[in-house]
Amino acid sequence: MLTVENLTKVYPTGAKALSDVSFLVDEPKVIAIIGPSGAGKSTLIRCVNRLVEPTSGKVLLGDTDVISLNRRGLRKARRRMGMIFQEYNLVERLTVMENVLSGRLGFVGFWRAYRRKFPSDDVAAAFRLLDRVGLEGYHNTRADALSGGERQRVGIARALMQAPDLLLVDEPTASLDPKTSRQIMRLLVELAHEAGTPALVNIHDVALAQTFSDRIIGLAAGEIVFDGSSDQLTADVLTRIYGEEDWSTTIRTDDDNDNGMTEGSDEGKQKGRPEKDQGSIPEASAG
Amino acid sequence: MSMAEHARKYPELWQRFTPRQTLVRYSWYMGVIFVAVWSVRNLDIPWFYFLDAHIQAADLAVRMWPPDMDFLGQLYDPLIETIHIATLGTAVTIVLAFPVAFLAARNTTFNSVTWFIGRLILVTSRSVNTVVWGLLFVAIFGPGPMAGIWAIAFRSIGFMGKLTAEAIEEIDQGPVEAIEATGASRLQVLWFGILPQVLPVIYGTTVYRWDINIRESTVLGFVGAGGIGIQLYASINLFSWQEVSLMLIAVFCVVVVSEFVSAIVRQRIT
Repeated sequence: MLTVENLTKVYPTGAKALSDVSFLVDEPKVIAIIGPSGAGKSTLIRCVNRLVEPTSGKVLLGDTDVISLNRRGLRKARRRMGMIFQEYNLVERLTVMENVLSGRLGFVGFWRAYRRKFPSDDVAAAFRLLDRVGLEGYHNTRADALSGGERQRVGIARALMQAPDLLLVDEPTASLDPKTSRQIMRLLVELAHEAGTPALVNIHDVALAQTFSDRIIGLAAGEIVFDGSSDQLTADVLTRIYGEEDWSTTIRTDDDNDNGMTEGSDEGKQKGRPEKDQGSIPEASAG
Repeated sequence: MSMAEHARKYPELWQRFTPRQTLVRYSWYMGVIFVAVWSVRNLDIPWFYFLDAHIQAADLAVRMWPPDMDFLGQLYDPLIETIHIATLGTAVTIVLAFPVAFLAARNTTFNSVTWFIGRLILVTSRSVNTVVWGLLFVAIFGPGPMAGIWAIAFRSIGFMGKLTAEAIEEIDQGPVEAIEATGASRLQVLWFGILPQVLPVIYGTTVYRWDINIRESTVLGFVGAGGIGIQLYASINLFSWQEVSLMLIAVFCVVVVSEFVSAIVRQRIT
């Protein structure tokens, strides 16, 4: 699904954000990327869809070599990758519906987009997704009238409108309160699993990463220092990623794992997973 | 605490400025006075006319009163023409200024050459007065409102373009990045990511400029570019001061109304 090989990024300032990063995503799982500030998490995710141009290395989305694509080819590849942002990055003065439908921009011509005449399939899918993320009836609300959690739900819907092969998620909860953070993460993971879409999620909250991801990649100073399942994350590993600290209060033990996810489950098991719907209730019903 | 120590710790003298700062300040005052005196000497003002200026002004006021109300019928058409020139000129400006603004904004221009061209257009537009643009366009289109519309438009491009370009440079890049990440084309990014963010500024400056343009188009007739200025110029030359006063009152009313409309519209933009 996604192959990253020897990815290196050196910024014009000379700062080396990534050096020789390689990993393979071959299952539709949620992969958390953790690491201290400045470790290169954001750069890594942005190099995959080339919002940041990598200095060298390879990014293969399926069989497509993303790095060698021209402008036109890159646009086509970007349609297959949905992205979710820390600051939601909604167009504030547009309605929720326009923001969600903007996920289809890569698929429609300019004049359709200009007249806001999206194909009926897209419109139906948008209404369905809004309902799914818990924002039914919000379609004509302007984005700047929403709370943070609601905005991120719109951001998730926009990314999923692309029916992507891969989700790139950059600190989805860093601007949210702890409760909303958990709701958003739960929703995100549910939707990724439902769609069978792998997701790369940058996250600095180790507990959230452990709770909601199937696999964790640890970055430190632009290098991968850990790549394994969530339960392999020990104090030793955290010290390798973040440096020396007392980690005993950070690491989760198995008995307080409450999100109903089973480690190492295959696709069949995930489909049989009981649905939990708390994630789709908006935290503030009075918009 | 000894007396000497006490005096040092709690001095009785406090000065806001050092002697050096004071000197610099007075030098500036002297400089300004020098420039003013120099300007007046250089202009060679005929003080003789200055002496009876108050008598002349009073005389003019008497000759202007009462405004010639019979003239009102002939005023309607040129007044409406003035407003039309301002409105159409502003409309042309929007079409022309928008692309120029995108060239002149650092974050949307193609390269430094296109940026320079954009800035050059803006500066050229603003460095030439509306009346001078009017003279040029009268030479091209002949006398009449057409020349006025283009004069208004060419002067307004600089104003609208500069403010719009500044707004574009200050947009939040986040949504733009998000729209780019969906695989949208450059034009779609512009339309979905950038335009919605600068739309309030475009609305606001358009109405503001329309308001300015109504005032500017009242004098365009002086150079034959249409509007009420033609009548105004003719009446001044014929010393028909009662017609002039009526026209000044009429223009004043139109300007007050346009300013009112502009203020309301700008207030409602969210």
